Amino acid sequence: MTEGGSSAMRLAGFLKKETLQILRDPSSLLLGIVMPVVLLFIFGYGVSLDPKNVPVAMVLEDSGPEARELAARFELSPYFKPQMVYSVAQAKKRVDSGAVDGIFILGSDFSAQLAKAFRAEVQLVLNGVDANRTRLIQGYGLGIIGKWLDVRRARGEGGVLPPLIVEQRIWFNESADSTNFLVPGLLTLIMTLTGTLLTALVVAREWEKGTMEALLATPITPGEILLGKIIPYFILGMTGMLLSVILGVFLFNVPLRGSLMLLIALSGLFLLASLGFGLFISSATRVQFVAAMISVIAGFLPAFFLSGLLFDLESTPRLVQMISYLIPARYFVIISQTLFLAGNVWSTLLPAAGMLAVMAIVLIGATRKKLVRRLPQ
Amino acid sequence: MKILQRIITLILKEFSMVLRDPKSRVVVIVPPIIQFFVFGFAATYDLTDVRYAVLDQSRTVQSRELLARFEGSDNFRLVTTLSSDSQIPEMIDTGKARLVINIPADFSLKLAHGDQAGVQVIADGRNSNVAAIALGYVTSIVQQQGRQILTRRGQLAVEPSLELINRAWFNENLVSRWYIVSALGGVISMVVVMILSSLSVAREREFGTFDQLLVAPFRPFEILIGKAIPPIVFGLFDALLLSGAAVFVFKIPFHGSVSALVVILTVFVVAVVGVGLFVSSISTTMQQALLGSFIFMMPAVILGGFTTPIENMPDWLQTATYLNPLRYVVYGLREIYLAGGDLVSVWPLIWPMACIAAVTLPLAGWMFRRRTT
Repeated sequence: MTEGGSSAMRLAGFLKKETLQILRDPSSLLLGIVMPVVLLFIFGYGVSLDPKNVPVAMVLEDSGPEARELAARFELSPYFKPQMVYSVAQAKKRVDSGAVDGIFILGSDFSAQLAKAFRAEVQLVLNGVDANRTRLIQGYGLGIIGKWLDVRRARGEGGVLPPLIVEQRIWFNESADSTNFLVPGLLTLIMTLTGTLLTALVVAREWEKGTMEALLATPITPGEILLGKIIPYFILGMTGMLLSVILGVFLFNVPLRGSLMLLIALSGLFLLASLGFGLFISSATRVQFVAAMISVIAGFLPAFFLSGLLFDLESTPRLVQMISYLIPARYFVIISQTLFLAGNVWSTLLPAAGMLAVMAIVLIGATRKKLVRRLPQ
Repeated sequence: MKILQRIITLILKEFSMVLRDPKSRVVVIVPPIIQFFVFGFAATYDLTDVRYAVLDQSRTVQSRELLARFEGSDNFRLVTTLSSDSQIPEMIDTGKARLVINIPADFSLKLAHGDQAGVQVIADGRNSNVAAIALGYVTSIVQQQGRQILTRRGQLAVEPSLELINRAWFNENLVSRWYIVSALGGVISMVVVMILSSLSVAREREFGTFDQLLVAPFRPFEILIGKAIPPIVFGLFDALLLSGAAVFVFKIPFHGSVSALVVILTVFVVAVVGVGLFVSSISTTMQQALLGSFIFMMPAVILGGFTTPIENMPDWLQTATYLNPLRYVVYGLREIYLAGGDLVSVWPLIWPMACIAAVTLPLAGWMFRRRTT
């Protein structure tokens, strides 16, 4: 038998053993296939940065037609859900109890002021604990008032137009729906989970149980061991990824504007980098407990905080930005958001893909080196 | 007395399992602290340097005046000046600029005629939250300029305007870092506690030592206490340390009471240990335990109201989040830090977590015997 032939046979046998190990333990399949679907389902429905039906207490001290008209606009808006109360004190109580997020006040001189000086005050007092949400709600409030003023002007009740207006266009996501950018981001998180967490323990387990020493005593080469560990998890990870894409596109209507083949190819690259990272942790620590801690600390949490998935990296201090360049998830967030929302923009995709390729090669190469170095002491 | 002695022996054994290996010692204590700092700086929705490009087709005093306002703003950073429309798609597609401000050629002409002049702003919507915030900044700058123009014309008094007086309680300047970092300590300590507790029984199961423990003269609840105390101690240590760091390093205001903080964190850590030990008790290998703890932690973090508000979720999902211990601590910490919560006001958030612990801990103890390897 030739050298190549026996190597292929060894690898096939080893692959079979690894695959059986995965199939025997339902937790890997649960995390690799079922979790992506469940997570995407929950997140697609549940995670949104867009406030809707914000409960506010509404205090109308003025019952003139103008005041009622403006109040009605707030009531009809999908963003607000006003509750009538009769005094500011009562409204404050509702804020304290958490029943409402803010107070909308039209003072008793609202109509009079508006008639006399064209200027009147509308107060919107909000609970600012969640600053991002509060700012968005303020924006909605301003929008409603602006529209009402336009209508008044059209009826000839107003004065001059504001001289400048902003005509805004949000490319790739005209309706600024946050699901459209969160779902591609979640794909990154899900693949980091399958890539890094699933593999972080597999080599360490063999060391801890002593089976690695037995394995190294057989004619199997470190390269073959590595391939045997990568291939089954790669297939598992890609299956989870494809299911997530299908769910994102067909259930949550996230547009996939770039090519599907490209998405699959680049996901494969990212998965290799994640698998490499998990296997490297595993073979460098050789203790399952430590490998588990590190995979969470260096794998999962940075993929959440430092990938640009939710938080804008450019607004962070330079040091944090520099750390983020070491996180594979950062590059895949760019790739997946671009492919889903913008299309095949090569000038964005190529550098990111290049970085992932470098990371995959370095990490898998380093793991192989760790495997070659035989028994400690 | 005997019971106490037995429990103490067990606890000491559990501590030594984590602390005897130098690598384990380090990973339990150092990374949570480093992470808190890195993530604390990373976790903000506020934008500082929005890169923008300008296409000024008007090239007049008026357009330059408006653009000068952007250049003077801390929120924006000019990357380049464009010379034609055709350059806009490239800017946005490649992400060189996240906003393009396009002033049309008839800008000054319209202003001179007293017409409304439009300023076109194109934003990269790949992260629509960033786009919406940046457009908000743009609108307020353009409005300021509009006011100035009206003042000059002497028309400010006749502009029919409604001053929307926006005020925000508890976080006047709307710093989103306050919102995130006040709860970050809870999230990081949950991760540490969850991993420590979920691996503890599973490790013994994998190596077969748990069966020995079960045949030794310990009652299940003694084993439970022995297993629960070390992660509680580590978790509480991390949580309190990080809570202090939030105040002293990130300058998050602390308006509430320290006793409320200690109580809510303690109950939270105990509840998480309950979940962790339950996961551990049904796992036979460390791999299963680690994956099991993630099956719990992923939804817990994302549906805990930590980064995206629970109020934005559909009702059925909001109801489901009542089962999530992280939800209570996230809201509780914010209440204590920012709104000045004390034991009385956060009590409604404490007892549900106590209930979760009261279910999961006994369940874990019961599973110790049920499932043997």
